[in-house]
Amino acid sequence: MSLPGPSLIAAEHVCVRFGPDEVLHDISLKVDPGEIVTILGPNGSGKSTLLRALLGIVPVAEGRLLRQDGLRIGYVPQKLTVDRTMPITVRRFLSLPTLVTDQAAAEALARVGMAGQGAEQMTTLSGGQLQRVLLARALLGKPQLLMLDEPTSGLDQPGEAAFYRLIEEVRAETGAAVLMISHDLHVVMAASDRVICLNGHICCEGTPRVVSTAPEYRALFGLGTQGALALYRHEHDHAHEDGHPHHHHHHHDHEHDHV
Amino acid sequence: MRTATHTTITTTMTTSTIMFDDFLVRAGLAAVGLSLATGPLGSFVVWRRMAYFGDATAHAAVLGVALALATDLPIGLGTLTVALAMAVTVAGLSARGWAMDTTLGVLAHSALAFGLVAVSFFPTVRTDLSSYLFGDILAVSRSELALVWLGALAVLALLAWRWQRLLTATLSEDLAHAAGINPDRERLVLLIALALVVAVALKIVGALLIAAMLIIPAAAARSFARTPEAMAAAAIVVGAVSGLGGLGLSLWQDTPTGPSIIVVAAALFALTSFARRV
Repeated sequence: MSLPGPSLIAAEHVCVRFGPDEVLHDISLKVDPGEIVTILGPNGSGKSTLLRALLGIVPVAEGRLLRQDGLRIGYVPQKLTVDRTMPITVRRFLSLPTLVTDQAAAEALARVGMAGQGAEQMTTLSGGQLQRVLLARALLGKPQLLMLDEPTSGLDQPGEAAFYRLIEEVRAETGAAVLMISHDLHVVMAASDRVICLNGHICCEGTPRVVSTAPEYRALFGLGTQGALALYRHEHDHAHEDGHPHHHHHHHDHEHDHV
Repeated sequence: MRTATHTTITTTMTTSTIMFDDFLVRAGLAAVGLSLATGPLGSFVVWRRMAYFGDATAHAAVLGVALALATDLPIGLGTLTVALAMAVTVAGLSARGWAMDTTLGVLAHSALAFGLVAVSFFPTVRTDLSSYLFGDILAVSRSELALVWLGALAVLALLAWRWQRLLTATLSEDLAHAAGINPDRERLVLLIALALVVAVALKIVGALLIAAMLIIPAAAARSFARTPEAMAAAAIVVGAVSGLGGLGLSLWQDTPTGPSIIVVAAALFALTSFARRV
């Protein structure tokens, strides 16, 4: 369905069910041109499902999805496993499913820092290179909206930071809006205009700073969860709870160091 | 076939030579024709890890032979129908999340066993049962040759038409979906192509070795290909060379032709794998 107003894509009271399980409940969101929106949530919170529903991969049980007429979406999946039995070069991959010219392919590769690597086999790329190629392929369709599903889940910290810098550059150059899933709060803080905190339903949303102090967010990413987020949260809680200015500053340094 | 008048005025020796050449030419053409389809389709079977799936479909062809005999339908139609039914059944079960290893094992061998039991009710088939299991390429008639080429070209055209979509869906169903391609439809295209190839290849390599004809040339081609298209084309060449080489081996050593073709294909696979490593 086409969307009135300036937004590129919108969900209105969307529910997604897998059998009897309601994975997503009453989701309403929209993405405007040029903004970077990040969906944040713990494992099993339905982040990927939401993205897949917006793309039309997963059927919607209730509610409706709207997108601007003729909206061009560039999709970067979480990972791509190229079977070792399939010989395929980076250049050939960029022409799937739409054939692109050599010049367009070369430009897209140069944009993501992979200039001259079109002849490489897809199966020999590192995780970071593969994500760059996936992004190059998505850019070839001149997207108005980039949708990325945990694009950096296989990357180390520097690789992750570099990849998100690249996303911001692309946004600045092309004006494309970005809707992405992330599990990394550092990145969210620096790179997003808006954060949507998801746990089956939308717990809270707003600018990264607003969301990070919301009680719903704290409940979700508090001390009970494992992993980097919980650790980060832990420090962050301390900074706020004991109100110690030193700790607070420490937190800021920390943030800037890594982004 | 030469004309009867021609036969009467030549010596027995010459007649047999002409006949010999003629059936050999037909057999060679049939082998080359078949590889036009098995090369590209076999590449997809390898990429999508459908080897066992191909086996199940091919084994079902024996059941199709029995069905065709019972209903007086052409053998090709019977095998095509049953192969397609098997392919769609297996694909449906896999979509519903059945354990494919076991399911395929049950279906492939049951189809073969049921087929063998069913054809045993037809005494005429019982005598040349081995031709359905291992093929009888040397007995390919002109009309059968025409069917092989028609079927193979139809499969080739179908794959060429959907090539970009098939490749995208094979690489990633999500990428396909996001590009407006329905991966289920592309899977169905491959199933139809597979059933067609099974029906066409039954006469040439037989039910037991059709899957080998799909997989081995494609696997051999993998060693030196850099793009999907190169692999499919190389698989056609390997398949054709195996067909002709197998015919030669069969004539030279008086070995069964279908298995001889696969022996040559396997030798080529070993050679290319070795060459790649060196």
